[in-house]
Amino acid sequence: MFLAIDLLLLLEKLILIIIVVMATLGIAMYATLGERKVAAFMQDRRGPSRAGPGGILQPLADGIKLFFKEEIIPDFSSKWLFVMGPALAMLTAIMSSAIIPWGDHIVIAGKNVPLVIADVNIGILYVFGVVSLGVYGIMFGAWASNNKFSLIGALRAASQIISYELALGITLIALLMVTGTLSLTEMVKQQQSGNWNIIYQPLGFFIFLVCAFAECNRTPFDLPEAENELTGGYHLEYSSMKLGFYLFAEYINMFISSAVMATLYFGGYDVPFLDESLLSPNIAALVGIVALMIKITAFIFFFMWVRWTVPRFRYDQLMNLGWKILLPLALFNMIVTGAVILFLGK
Amino acid sequence: MQALTNRLKHVDRRPMNLWEKIYIPAIVKGMAITFAHMFKKKPTINYPEVKRRFSPVFRGLQILNRDAEGRENCTACGLCAVACPAEAITMEAAERQPGEEHLYREEKYAARYEINMLRCIFCGLCEEACPKDAIYLSETFAPAEFQRKQFVYKKQDLLIPHPINEPEAYKKALGNRAVKNSNN
Amino acid sequence: MSLTTILFILLSLMSVGGALMMLTTKNPVMSVIWLIVVFFSISGHYVMLNAQFLAVVNIIVYAGAIMVLFLFVIMLMNLNSDTEPMRNYKMQMIGVVSGGCLLLIILSALKQLKAAPVQIAVGDQGLIHTLGKTLFTNYVVPFEVASVLFLSAMVGAILIGKKDEENAV
Repeated sequence: MFLAIDLLLLLEKLILIIIVVMATLGIAMYATLGERKVAAFMQDRRGPSRAGPGGILQPLADGIKLFFKEEIIPDFSSKWLFVMGPALAMLTAIMSSAIIPWGDHIVIAGKNVPLVIADVNIGILYVFGVVSLGVYGIMFGAWASNNKFSLIGALRAASQIISYELALGITLIALLMVTGTLSLTEMVKQQQSGNWNIIYQPLGFFIFLVCAFAECNRTPFDLPEAENELTGGYHLEYSSMKLGFYLFAEYINMFISSAVMATLYFGGYDVPFLDESLLSPNIAALVGIVALMIKITAFIFFFMWVRWTVPRFRYDQLMNLGWKILLPLALFNMIVTGAVILFLGK
Repeated sequence: MQALTNRLKHVDRRPMNLWEKIYIPAIVKGMAITFAHMFKKKPTINYPEVKRRFSPVFRGLQILNRDAEGRENCTACGLCAVACPAEAITMEAAERQPGEEHLYREEKYAARYEINMLRCIFCGLCEEACPKDAIYLSETFAPAEFQRKQFVYKKQDLLIPHPINEPEAYKKALGNRAVKNSNN
Repeated sequence: MSLTTILFILLSLMSVGGALMMLTTKNPVMSVIWLIVVFFSISGHYVMLNAQFLAVVNIIVYAGAIMVLFLFVIMLMNLNSDTEPMRNYKMQMIGVVSGGCLLLIILSALKQLKAAPVQIAVGDQGLIHTLGKTLFTNYVVPFEVASVLFLSAMVGAILIGKKDEENAV
């Protein structure tokens, strides 16, 4: 039977999905605490320290608080879309975690279980697609709020994400010319045996990094939620856990884009100067997961570090940077990469 | 024009050179600064657990003094109320009845004595005006309240604990400074 | 009935239903949402035909970029069902005639088609390697012509933008 054969695989994938989603949510939750702690330390403060030892229970306290807040749905708004907005934002944020290889395979009862939910041969394009859908959550929610500030925030978000997607895509093309594959698992395998892609694509990585900031709506590109002129931007009318979803989706996006950058340019679960084949598969997988998590944490810290250093851009500066600097740089990077590959003759 | 101070700084209005236009060096510099701040000593004081030390001349909440036998010093002469620039003090005098000698030191006493802590500016002039050594500014400050009327402190709120009946509370209320004064 | 058949039926219902909803909804924003649903179901069909590349590109380009711009315009113009312009009789007639012509063309094309029934989840027509080779060998001239077309469109857009700026100054 078609169904019976796949049942074991289905179970395996289901467990993996649950673990990955839970881990994503947990890490994003503690990223909120991390953000506040990093902000505090950079401003010579101590940060949240009351809930639990050293403030370790602060995310739970925040979550409980958000759940018990009054939920306001503005009158004269499209209720269905208003509810769907944060849900979509959350969904698209979590969806991208499906194709990231969290580690090599582990062996359970003589069976190889790869630590990736879906090893599709178009991996990186899938991420790209999901990211481009992420703006819908913002746009629907903001439009349904029936508020001018929300709408302006959403329009900013949409035009910003579309503008920076161009540079992002072209950077990816240069990377794909180097790796010759779209699958993230393949890319990690290549980097395990060879050099990390950052060595071949330093400029590409830089452009990717800047675009990742813009796609995540992080400072200095957080114009959609500019407090001083939009009084909160696209989530202005939201309250309670719906607002929490929007804010939380930002942290999930940050986590996912950190994971993608680590996978694309920093060898994913690869540990430098360590031959994984010498270790038993389960230990190697564990070491790999830890290595990937360390890289992701470093990236998340970098995101926060930039947020508490660089002030927000003006909107024309943002567009200038995207179209007049990053896009030509990305094109230049692509042409140089192509030329080098052509002259070296592979 | 001659500069009044040596702190004058001229704004550099030259157009940005290439190094400044790249913008990345400036960001790197800023990030180095924020990173260095992560390891700086935090000036925060964890308030309820750790308390900041007050200066020896700190002027806090008023306290109405008693003598060594626990009798109130105040004779309701009104000099403190006259001296008060914020007009925060009100009082009503009463005559001591026979049999109340253990409560009040002299023949006249304050039946009602109120200080509005919202008006009080903690200048300490009441303390200076008092001829009977009856009012002092202590080392505590007014706690937060939910209602305005709770900031009008009655005589019972202001009186120092009885030195014989509650010696420990009395000693605590005296604080470091009062002990020093009484020694003189 | 196998799983793939059930999936196929579900996806087809989704695409046809979504398309009908898109046409009948009064609210333009809801129309756009239904159109996105249609794009997703079509991408699902692509995946079932083992054409993941096409599926993802369909989502990136249509659902991710073009529909966002559509929404953009609709939200900015604040189109509502009550501000819908009056359709006159002539316009309706033109619509019917042009739609009918399109239908005729599709029908005649279908009639000439002599293809085997579509195989589900086999074949590598939609995979990126095959697609890339086909595009850059057999169809390289149309491909390049299309890119020139896009380039001219881009130049035109820039020209329009520049012109406005000059008038303002």
